[in-house]
Amino acid sequence: MPQIVADDLAKAFRVAERSPGMLGALRGLVSRTHKVVDALAGVSFEISAGELVGYIGPNGAGKSTTIKILAGILVPDRGRVEVAGRVPWRERVAHVARIGVVFGQRTQLWWDLPVVESLDMLRHIYKVPAADFAKQRTELVELLDLGPLLDTPVRQLSLGQRMRADLAASLIHAPEILFLDEPTIGLDAVSKLAVRAFVKRLNRERGVTVILTTHDMDDIEALCERVIVIGGGKILSDGSLAELRKRVTRERWLTVDVEDGAEVSDPDATVLRREGNRVCLAFDPDVVAPAELIRRVTSAHAIRDLFVENPPIESIIARLYQS
Amino acid sequence: MRDAFALYIRYIAIATRAQLQYRAAFVLKVIGYLIATGVEFLGLWALFARFGSLDGWKLPEAALIYGVADVGFGLSDGLGRGLDRFSGLLKAGQFDRMLLRPRSTVLQLLGFDFRLLTIGRLLQGTAVLVWASRFVAWSPASIALLAESFACTCCLFIGIAVLQATSAFWTIESLEVWSAFTHGGNYASQYPMDIYARWFRAFFTALLPLALTSYTPACAILGRAPLDAWHALAPLAGPLFLAASLFIWRIGVRRHASTGS
Amino acid sequence: MNGYLAIVAARFRTLLQYRTAALAGLFTQLFFGFVRIAIFSAFYAASPSSQPMSLPEVVSYIWLGQATLLLVPWRIDEDVLQQIGDGSVVYELARPLDLYTVWFARSIAWRTAPVMLRMLPMFVIAMFVLPHDWALMPPSAAAFAAWLPCFAGAVLVSAALSSLMNVTLMWTLAGQGVPIIIGSLATVFGGLTIPLALFPAWSQPVLYAMPFAGMLDLPSRIFTGNLPPHDALYVIAHQLVWTLVLVAFGRWLLARGVRRIVVQGG
Repeated sequence: MPQIVADDLAKAFRVAERSPGMLGALRGLVSRTHKVVDALAGVSFEISAGELVGYIGPNGAGKSTTIKILAGILVPDRGRVEVAGRVPWRERVAHVARIGVVFGQRTQLWWDLPVVESLDMLRHIYKVPAADFAKQRTELVELLDLGPLLDTPVRQLSLGQRMRADLAASLIHAPEILFLDEPTIGLDAVSKLAVRAFVKRLNRERGVTVILTTHDMDDIEALCERVIVIGGGKILSDGSLAELRKRVTRERWLTVDVEDGAEVSDPDATVLRREGNRVCLAFDPDVVAPAELIRRVTSAHAIRDLFVENPPIESIIARLYQS
Repeated sequence: MRDAFALYIRYIAIATRAQLQYRAAFVLKVIGYLIATGVEFLGLWALFARFGSLDGWKLPEAALIYGVADVGFGLSDGLGRGLDRFSGLLKAGQFDRMLLRPRSTVLQLLGFDFRLLTIGRLLQGTAVLVWASRFVAWSPASIALLAESFACTCCLFIGIAVLQATSAFWTIESLEVWSAFTHGGNYASQYPMDIYARWFRAFFTALLPLALTSYTPACAILGRAPLDAWHALAPLAGPLFLAASLFIWRIGVRRHASTGS
Repeated sequence: MNGYLAIVAARFRTLLQYRTAALAGLFTQLFFGFVRIAIFSAFYAASPSSQPMSLPEVVSYIWLGQATLLLVPWRIDEDVLQQIGDGSVVYELARPLDLYTVWFARSIAWRTAPVMLRMLPMFVIAMFVLPHDWALMPPSAAAFAAWLPCFAGAVLVSAALSSLMNVTLMWTLAGQGVPIIIGSLATVFGGLTIPLALFPAWSQPVLYAMPFAGMLDLPSRIFTGNLPPHDALYVIAHQLVWTLVLVAFGRWLLARGVRRIVVQGG
């Protein structure tokens, strides 16, 4: 019995168009034109309780629209949705009492208040019994290392600290499902690791269903066994990460900063781009192991810096389109 | 219901603390609002100084009308600030967060902000009332009527603020219209309603029942009219107006959920 | 000069986009105008004795007040507040342009565009659409000719006042209370609550000494003919004196403020 069911979701938006310049502004006084944008064009999936699902796609693909529909704040034009047996937008209050949502770029905490008071406010908003709240709070504070931050006003927190506080805030009422919308965006490396570790623990130890939208493939690698790819309002892929990889590309990228202006190349790698002293090579780790390629390049040239990464999500999606 | 009220008090406490953090700025602004609202009474006083009387109304009576109007409006001005800021919230996407909480959106909006500065208007309104009340024969009934008038006028203006917030679902831009009805309405109700033309009075009785929440009880308090059932019940037009506004608000929220604007 | 025109043009363009907001503002002012006229009509009807201003003059005066309402500096320049708040104002100081003049030019742009956009439809409606008893009386040719330079002078006083308020922000960000105070003083002492001429006789000398009289009240009286056209010379002199005083004070305060910021390490 799946916990979340989405069946043939469709949603279109009307967007007003504006002409530039003085003439356009005057014309705008008289008439306005609109164009229709299809955000979702038939999206279907099922998610069982306790899954940790990555929901990825390029900008404008329909991720936020899907999340809003599942959260109950947007009504689809067509299709069926059931979350924990409820239709989200029909039973808003009952539904949102059982879910948690974290938006990466917007905090739900009160700007001028110390973190602990924000959490307390949320307790009253969600009507959490005192004993439950005490237990939840202690656990969350420990897991997210919020102890030293509790008395700090939110406006004084760094981005990483704020995200940890937001995670705690979203879980005060012990929801069964957690939606994370770009939770690691803009965070430093240490904070990203902390967030990932926490989400993993939350899912493994408490069985909270997590749906994660992100642009960061490292998030996906670290957390998700299942990945749903959405592009242009349609599901392009739904399965394990390994399957996705295999289906699309095994490629990895090596970027090096050379000391001299040398021509860096390798028989097993393709040069993707060259910008001044920086060269980016694409290679297949099955053909040449990353360590081997690095060894070759560093022994042939004087290298100042290098890093290995996955191709960005956009290039993977682009390939999905092509295939 | 009691739980919602308790939550609202908590919201007010937060907003108050946040505003009091900037002590100097706050005091200066309160003085500013005291002056800004006080000059309205200055205008009324100057008119009476020049003309002596108005259509059978003397200054102390007019002052009571003014005080009743301003205290009622001042209460709503302070409590309804969150609604004023709704269009900004909507643009910034913060309304979504309110929809994600298992509480009434209006309650959350009212709690979102609380304009402590309204103390400026309340102080001058109360001062005028205190001065005017020397000329009034008070009784428990008329005091109760006064309190009822404050509450009902407050409801009415909050209802207008709710309509203003609702209009933001359709167009972010037309909000200044509503300030015509709030500030303009308050201004009109600072003077005795019977000096206005009939169509004007009709507007403020049937459409925006300020005459019923503010003027009618004031007349009864002054003894110009009997303190009968009509005068006691008329102010309830305020809460009725609020109820109607909340109904329209819900329509707006539903539309927002459909269009995602 | 081109730069200044560009700022004004940009402002016009931005304001034109918000057509509903413009209509809404117009509606609000019409509403307020009606309420005010109703109140004054009641007072005048109750008292037959003659007054320094006749009721038709008061009606016209009220509409003029509404039309030029946006000259009142209720709001501080948000950009300037931001600049002072995060300290980037020091970059402005490093530029070869004189900071006060830049702020003054901005204030003029900020006043002119909205005022004109509001004035035009208000004039048209108040003069030609409203019934006689409620209408703005068209001025005589002489009165109108006399009014134009007075309006320009009013813009200058308004800009000087705004610039001064911007400068006070350097002293205290808490100075957000200052515009409210100035705005309400300008409203009552500019004759927007009741015409200055109707205030008690003993207060007139004080009222007419203030800059607000020159900004709002006096030009309106020229327009309605309550003051003869040749009095425009007096009005303009009044405005220029106050502009110079406010500018001088503003510049002096700015210099002190700059020194203060520089000393504090920005």
